[in-house]
Amino acid sequence: MTLQLELGKVRQKRIALTGNHAVALAAKMARVEVIAAYPITPQTPAVERLAEFVNNGELDAEYIPVEGEHSALSAVVGASAMGARVFTATSSQGLGFMYEILPIAVGLRLPVVMGIATRAYSAPINVWGDYSDVMSMRELGWIIYMVSNVQEAFDTTIQAFRVGEDPSVHLPVAVAYDGFWISHVLQPLEVPEDEEDVMRYAPITRSWRKLDVDNPASLGAVGTPEWYFEIRYAAYKALEDSIKVVLEADALYGKMFGRSYGLGSGYKLEDADVAIVTYGSIYGLARKAVDALRAEGIRAGALKIRLLRPWPADFLRRRLDGVDKVVVVDRAFNHGGLVGPVATELAATLARPIYSAYATIGMRATDSAALKKAAERVAKGEVEPMRPFNIGLRGP
Amino acid sequence: MKVKVEVRGLQLPGARPGAAVEAAYEYADFDLPEQELFLPGHGLCASCTIGVIARHMLKVLGPDTIVVNPTGCAEVSTVTYPRTNWAVPWIHVAFGNGGSVASGIEAAIKVLKRRGVIDPNRKINVVVFAGDGGTADIGFQALSGMLERRHRVIYVMYDNEGYMNTGIQRSGTTPLFASATTSPAGKKIPGNLTHKKPMALIAAAHGIPYSATANPAYLPDMLEKFRKAAEIDGPSFIHVLQSCQPGWRFEPKYAIKVLELATETGYWVNYEIEDGKFRITVTVPRRKPVECFLKLQGRFKHLGKEEIAFLQKVIDEDVKRLNEMAGGEFIGPLDPEAKC
Repeated sequence: MTLQLELGKVRQKRIALTGNHAVALAAKMARVEVIAAYPITPQTPAVERLAEFVNNGELDAEYIPVEGEHSALSAVVGASAMGARVFTATSSQGLGFMYEILPIAVGLRLPVVMGIATRAYSAPINVWGDYSDVMSMRELGWIIYMVSNVQEAFDTTIQAFRVGEDPSVHLPVAVAYDGFWISHVLQPLEVPEDEEDVMRYAPITRSWRKLDVDNPASLGAVGTPEWYFEIRYAAYKALEDSIKVVLEADALYGKMFGRSYGLGSGYKLEDADVAIVTYGSIYGLARKAVDALRAEGIRAGALKIRLLRPWPADFLRRRLDGVDKVVVVDRAFNHGGLVGPVATELAATLARPIYSAYATIGMRATDSAALKKAAERVAKGEVEPMRPFNIGLRGP
Repeated sequence: MKVKVEVRGLQLPGARPGAAVEAAYEYADFDLPEQELFLPGHGLCASCTIGVIARHMLKVLGPDTIVVNPTGCAEVSTVTYPRTNWAVPWIHVAFGNGGSVASGIEAAIKVLKRRGVIDPNRKINVVVFAGDGGTADIGFQALSGMLERRHRVIYVMYDNEGYMNTGIQRSGTTPLFASATTSPAGKKIPGNLTHKKPMALIAAAHGIPYSATANPAYLPDMLEKFRKAAEIDGPSFIHVLQSCQPGWRFEPKYAIKVLELATETGYWVNYEIEDGKFRITVTVPRRKPVECFLKLQGRFKHLGKEEIAFLQKVIDEDVKRLNEMAGGEFIGPLDPEAKC
């Protein structure tokens, strides 16, 4: 595929949208063909907006208002198997209800794109944003992005179509954005004026294996012990290798639209003695905390992880190997585990003890001062490595 | 009126010639294509009638058909990588989502036709071929959603009255008193204590254009129902009774015989609901006692006189109700003296 790149020629306009509406606009500009969704807070405005696009004739797509999330993912899996570009979105319990179908979309190698307005799991029922939903789907084979603001949510959703449909990938892609702190917050962003530019960037490849009456195939066969390993390994390897496509797609996006994000970003890490590692919307707070720490003479840095799967190990080692103390602020419990979910993986990646904190659980409010204090405690040796501590938890 | 039943290319072992001769109306003369779209070499049990249903379903629907096959006997027995018995596009996703996967496929066909990816003049059938567990139990919600949203999908439920693939557990369509591994005939409880879900009536209650019951022993009637379903612009549902040797425990040669007796005793009534009009499509002038149906099958062998009498009463009432719906005595009175 050759792309005529006319740098600087992609006209964009500055508007203000919530994260949900930005993700919906991205799916619309990528001209999705089938949308199936079920309402759940905080995802709802995203799928409401898509229904408006369809019913107002702004998007030529089929919108299936299904009777539950299990059917939402099943319907887009069916539509994708038919060759259509598809989109769905959910949160928390809805993702839990989809769980059965999550690894099937991977095994069938279908480039489903899903928005996740992140939310805590029940019980107690909590509609607010943390990352327990996203963390529960890490091992199933999806490409998983975690974004930090509305602009990145928009841009990443468009990138997701290009990455998932790439002939060397053919995998489902999830774009996770904080429930409420991104999904419902109005922020300024730049969007392309012309949908054609988005379609030049992410043309529908239809290169995956499909249901075709002229070329009949059976999809979803029984995989006996003689074959399952090889078939599943192909999906495993495709996910591992997709990191290259993620980077290429991001770089091309940068060339065309002027914004790229890499696998994550670092802030003042070069000479840092202590680094706050996190994901999602609170990366901005972490950077503020870094500035405050540096004002007090503590050489701090921050890092946000954008790509949860495939796990960007090399990137993380490059950025953090030189940092003495690393503290991960995890936003979902790793019940019964040693440290937080991302802390577990980062400690393994860096092959040394790190620090683990829990924050924003059930969307408990936090701020840069709280993150600063956490990093201070780490810097001063007041907390033990590989023993989680909590930011903002009441009680003893 | 007697109708000569001649279906070309059909050689059903165990089928009595003219099994459906007492049908109330003249069947369409089916000229079935020679082409096989459900291929031999599958792993279905000896005498399993799933193959009979699938093969004839595809002969009626033709090659431009996409099959959604939720988890179940048909699925595990026909597509084991790298082999398949389906010469049409086929997909298995999971157990409880036949209705929603088909909804997505049908929606995709519509939009891809509008966008010129698929020839807009090409008629492509989407059929769900699901068992009773995948339809009446775990797939019930997805089915209801698909019917309510009026996707143009033909939903064929092959009902062997239990989870036969996993080893004969009871389902929502297992009949009263049948012994299954999760409703065993015990010293205290005589097997399954629930009634069969009337899936075709439940489907029809969604206001869909076509819902029917069928029985492979009454082949022309079943074929006609597949044909009608394919012509309908909207959802259709066909509940097909399917005999299962290991689950029902009959001698393999009686796979069709037991299905005939299901209808001859009034245990299974073949009907259709077309645009809200209820019609019994295979009449039975005089019913045989239900014992004729029961005694061929090991799953009922624990029943005493009392249970059999109770089952007979249940059938009498069901038949009365269906006759009332049809507006006439299309299923006749019980003939207690009838030979099985």
